[in-house]
Amino acid sequence: MNVDSIQNGIVIDHIAAGNAMKLYRLLGLDGLDVPVAMITNVVSGKLGRKDIIKIDADIPVDINVIGYVDPGATVNIIRNGELAEKKRIDLPETLVNVLKCKNPRCISTCEQELDQVFRLSDRVRREYRCVWCEAKAEL
Amino acid sequence: MVRSIIDVPDLTPAELDALMDTAEDIIARPDDYADACRRKKLATLFFEPSTRTRLSFEAAMYELGGNVLSVTGAGTSSAAKGESVADTAKTVSCYADIIAMRHPKEGAALVAARSASVPVINAGDGGHCHPTQTLADLLTIRREKGRLGNLTVGLCGDLKFGRTVHSLINAMSRYEGLKFVLISPEELKVPSYVKNEALKKKAIPYTQTTDLMDVIGELDILYMTRVQRERFFNEEDYLRLRDSYILTPEKLKKAREDLCVMHPLPRVNEISVAVDEDPRACYFKQVLNGKYMRMALILMLLGLKAGGDRV
Repeated sequence: MNVDSIQNGIVIDHIAAGNAMKLYRLLGLDGLDVPVAMITNVVSGKLGRKDIIKIDADIPVDINVIGYVDPGATVNIIRNGELAEKKRIDLPETLVNVLKCKNPRCISTCEQELDQVFRLSDRVRREYRCVWCEAKAEL
Repeated sequence: MVRSIIDVPDLTPAELDALMDTAEDIIARPDDYADACRRKKLATLFFEPSTRTRLSFEAAMYELGGNVLSVTGAGTSSAAKGESVADTAKTVSCYADIIAMRHPKEGAALVAARSASVPVINAGDGGHCHPTQTLADLLTIRREKGRLGNLTVGLCGDLKFGRTVHSLINAMSRYEGLKFVLISPEELKVPSYVKNEALKKKAIPYTQTTDLMDVIGELDILYMTRVQRERFFNEEDYLRLRDSYILTPEKLKKAREDLCVMHPLPRVNEISVAVDEDPRACYFKQVLNGKYMRMALILMLLGLKAGGDRV
């Protein structure tokens, strides 16, 4: 399967197989008016299988979202058809307005313009908790 | 941002000790504190039903010589018109020197604290935190047992939704030589995140059981809790679990002579009224101790001490 290489844009590589759709949704790529390619289940020497997302435009992406979904992913910035920058991803300490608290008793469900903020509570388990009510984050 | 108290960990162990020392001093020398908060105003914003906590805060402020502005029930405030917690906190900051707030939504006190320009004390936010109840509990244990370490603490009843239990476990996990015995129905066990954070990480020994009588004889403290109707979405579940544990004089025969029976109140039926006559019943002392700890906390957050001097 061939997907054209991009001239200016972003390639999110080494996404664990199955995570690309989550990233696509959380990064809001479905709302973009630019070409986006999502390639899933590609054979990978490092991961066995991996997903790749190619965005054919130099737009800002929230690195924290990528880190939350898959801290093993890499972000390659492409300019003029060349690799201009490679970004390493880590679990972010805080996620702002990425997830919604699912606790129906949380103040964030009703308070006007209150940010949805989650903080990393357990790095090993990759667990985030709402800063307002401390409920565990769920995708 | 001014200092607020949302949960017990907002206080250092040294501050907790200092608060208990102040409370003891208030008990010993109440007249010295009678004007400590003269010309200061406490706003009690209670958007959820409460009797003892609101009255305790108000009594505390009056006994410190201060005044109280009160809002009770969301229906009688601007919240009914859709005002946000943040705006309410900003508005009330213009009238009062300190705010005590209870709200049914979890995290509401933190939202208020981030917007208020005066200290906010969380007087209960849904099933989340109720730090001043924990302060009352700690003072009661220290006064009754003479220490906060080297105790076997039994927690019994609704350990899942019972916010006082979570706060107490967190607060007591700072002391040495503790053992916890967690007694509850399967459906109402302590949430794993509370056990992980407060007990497992600090290697504090604990056991879990569904049978109170199996363990009652080994306890120094028995902390009973109410199965709370308002925390259930389903009435059937509530009714099934409500009567799980009822403490009676008969059951207390197996307990130690120096057991301290505690309860955050209100009780429904989990402690028989006949137990009130037992010298081991400490739950009404908790109520009184709660007022003294709230007095101490108000003084701390306003930076005042006996006689109204600034710290």
